[in-house]
Amino acid sequence: MFIRSTTALAAVFLLSAAPLSQAADKPTDPQIAHIAYTAGVLDVEAAKQALKKSKNKEVVDFAKDMVRDHEAVNKQALDLVKKLKVTPEDNPTSKALTKAAAEERAKLAKLKGAAFDKAYVASEVAYHKQVNGALETLLIPSASNAELKSLLETGLKIFQGHEQHAEHVAGMLK
Amino acid sequence: MMSRRNLGVALALAMGAAPAKADTIEVTIEKLVFSPAKIEAKVGDTIRWVNKDVFAHTATVNGAWEVMISPKKAASLTVKKAESVDYFCRFHPNMRGHLTVTSP
Ligand SMILES: [Cu+2]
Repeated sequence: MFIRSTTALAAVFLLSAAPLSQAADKPTDPQIAHIAYTAGVLDVEAAKQALKKSKNKEVVDFAKDMVRDHEAVNKQALDLVKKLKVTPEDNPTSKALTKAAAEERAKLAKLKGAAFDKAYVASEVAYHKQVNGALETLLIPSASNAELKSLLETGLKIFQGHEQHAEHVAGMLK
Repeated sequence: MMSRRNLGVALALAMGAAPAKADTIEVTIEKLVFSPAKIEAKVGDTIRWVNKDVFAHTATVNGAWEVMISPKKAASLTVKKAESVDYFCRFHPNMRGHLTVTSP
């Protein structure tokens, strides 16, 4: 069920990664900040849906971890953009991410119980994998400000950790 | 006549080497990294994790023990038995460390 939107997400990153050969098309720092912040907000929204719907302790604990960590990263991101006097700028990648996440939430909304738990956790694995790919191949290499780059690198480690954590939870739901 | 202090020293000498005093071994957590990643301790020592991140972490050994380390806080564990274990953060399993505890 989540597979289709994952493919859509992959296509989005592929599209945005494709013009990398032309340096002029690299995302700017204000765009990168917007994409990274949006990726965090979307995962918090997914977690809040899970907190409303799930009764599985592992899933609920995982969702709480997602809210806590992504809100902490995004607070750092907001502090940084304020300090750097950068205004995050909306862009096609952020828009596509937001659209794909809304579709995913609509699909998950129709599921209940164990079916929801499995689909949510599988979707979290896929989502973190996609964001990791974007951070590694596009966002981190494109960031020009050193502090922004460093925050993205910490963000990458957080996302990689969450991916492994989600895989672990997925294993327990089997 | 032996002073009380000398008596104490004599007793300690008679019993062999005085037991090693317990140490505190500090591990810093910064940007999701335990450093140093590998630590050695003696039974009775205390491991103290100092979390410089804004994220909560844990030091966890599956099926054995777990220490919760709140953001910007420190947490400690006194090691009670000799063992050599890998530990990790349950929230971010990509964070890994190794602890070797030897008998004093
Ligand atoms: Cu952690």
